[in-house]
Amino acid sequence: MESSKVIHAFYNDDELVLDAVKAVKAEGHHIEEVFCPFPVHGLDKAMGLAPTRLAITAFFYGITGLSFAIWMTNYMMIQDWPQDIGGKPNFSWFTNMPAFVPIMFELTVFFAAHLMVITFYMRSRIWPFKEAENPDPRTTDDHFLMEIPVHNNEAEITALLAKTGAVEINVVDKH
Amino acid sequence: MSHYEAPIREPLVLGDKSYHDITEDIAKPIEGAANKNWYIAFYISLAAMLWGFGCIFYTVGTGIGVWGLNKNIGWAWDITNFVWWVGIGHAGTLISAVLLLFRQKWRMAINRSAEAMTIFAVFQAGLFPIIHMGRPWNGYWVLPMPNQFGSLWVNFNSPLLWDVFAISTYLSVSLVFWWTGLLPDFAMIRDRAVKPFQKKIYALLSFGWSGRAKDWQRFEEVSLVLAGLATPLVLSVHTIVSMDFATSINPGWHSTIFPPYFVAGAIFSGFAMVQTLLGIMRKVTNLEDYITRMHIEYMNIVIILTGGIVAVAYATEFFIAWYTGSPYENYTYLSVGAATGPYAWAFWSLIIFNIITPQLLWIKKFRRSFIITFIISIAINIGMWFERFDIIAIVLSKGHLPSTWWRFEPTFVDVGIFVGTIGFFFVLFLLYARTFPVIAQAEVKTILKSSGEFYKKRREQGIPTKPAINVVNVAGTSDKSNKE
Repeated sequence: MESSKVIHAFYNDDELVLDAVKAVKAEGHHIEEVFCPFPVHGLDKAMGLAPTRLAITAFFYGITGLSFAIWMTNYMMIQDWPQDIGGKPNFSWFTNMPAFVPIMFELTVFFAAHLMVITFYMRSRIWPFKEAENPDPRTTDDHFLMEIPVHNNEAEITALLAKTGAVEINVVDKH
Repeated sequence: MSHYEAPIREPLVLGDKSYHDITEDIAKPIEGAANKNWYIAFYISLAAMLWGFGCIFYTVGTGIGVWGLNKNIGWAWDITNFVWWVGIGHAGTLISAVLLLFRQKWRMAINRSAEAMTIFAVFQAGLFPIIHMGRPWNGYWVLPMPNQFGSLWVNFNSPLLWDVFAISTYLSVSLVFWWTGLLPDFAMIRDRAVKPFQKKIYALLSFGWSGRAKDWQRFEEVSLVLAGLATPLVLSVHTIVSMDFATSINPGWHSTIFPPYFVAGAIFSGFAMVQTLLGIMRKVTNLEDYITRMHIEYMNIVIILTGGIVAVAYATEFFIAWYTGSPYENYTYLSVGAATGPYAWAFWSLIIFNIITPQLLWIKKFRRSFIITFIISIAINIGMWFERFDIIAIVLSKGHLPSTWWRFEPTFVDVGIFVGTIGFFFVLFLLYARTFPVIAQAEVKTILKSSGEFYKKRREQGIPTKPAINVVNVAGTSDKSNKE
């Protein structure tokens, strides 16, 4: 049966945890997760995490907002109910376009910003009433927690972690 | 991690702080009890707010005839207050977005409070156009939606409608930017809360933030992209507000320099308000180690720069008004006519508070003095209010025909609503200061090693920032079968 035991190694320094991640990776062990109180630069690369694509989604959301603004101003001001407002030309959308630039800009930003943040919340599974999943409350204060699954090699991993400066090492059953 | 920082730079975090000390310092104002001064300030603000609400109800119940408007001056205090509050709301997102793009680390101590101020100020700003509608329950008419009037749509040619889109985008994006940054800090409060109710509240506010490496990677990316989106947004908002005036054909308003000049003025007044608030907050919340003299000085430098842009704009407006030779231009808000006419007091208030007083900040000693900074920031707040009042009331008080020469005199309702919004603003800010982590502690922790006083000193002595490894006894590791 697959073991559900994991090792929780605590570190209290960002530089140490980064070195430790590199050391554990070099030994060929899988790191399930690292919980951090603040972002550590280079940690995602050291862990082998793929770069995030959120910025790319923001670009497409922005294009969507821009297209929506163009469609909306054209439908409302040119197609559905054209009016003579201060003599501004309304024969075609393009002749009236300069007056719509602010709307096009604002809706681009509105769509890009909000939809990107919503995507972030969904992907990272954070929303109101969501239960927190960090295994130890110290990980939002000043401790870093590295979670490593074990397959009957506890002693080996523990020794390695101790050498990298872990301040506390626990073997726990993961539910 | 700790990027290299020149030793000559002053530290951004004073004292021998560890990561845990930062947690303690930021959590203290939330976990402790409010002192007497807080309650005094809160009740005064609350009274002002209630008075303002009374004036709003009176206005809505009776009609906007209770204001000091007349046939010629159709908007005065309300639009002045609107522009003033929107301007104040510019510093927050500028600090968190523009300074993030420029990698200015000193923003981290002040961005949270500046953004809170932004959001609360934009609330106040939004009140004025809604009240001025006279029938605020019809306020949804500004939204482009199908309706019962023969699908007559809103007018996208109008700068007032651009304002609706600009202000609501600005408010909602600022709010989301602020809240996303707050998640790790709420999680920190949640994880150390001892009272069950408090734990529940902060668990809800933190959206279950757990701080996984992947979450942080996304968090940083989202912050960067939001900063990129918010930077042009900040500049667009006051540009569009200025177009309320600049696209009209009134002498004094019909001016192509309005957009950049309004944006500079907004940043100028926004930073002044941040100085006013943080000057007090750093003392009452004991955060002097984080909001240091250097932070105050840096903000003062931004004030000198933007104040200089505003002064040049004033000079340009004054010169061009005179150079046209047009008699109509001789009663715009920056002209000989304004300086000597019945509104001379408002004209000279503008010049003294907005142009002359801030020049004191060229002197380094003043720039680094908390008290002088505080006094100058109040002067700028007053000066910037007069700028908007002058632009609106003076320009409207003399039309092209003598029959349109009217003056504006505010009633107690005008004053009452304005005072009420100041009260409302401070009520929100005081509540915020007691319940929110007022400094972005997760961000400050990332710069502790590069910019903290303790680590800077150690580096000077040649001690590495990385602590020596203290190998724990492997035999002593605990074997716990239950998850804690």
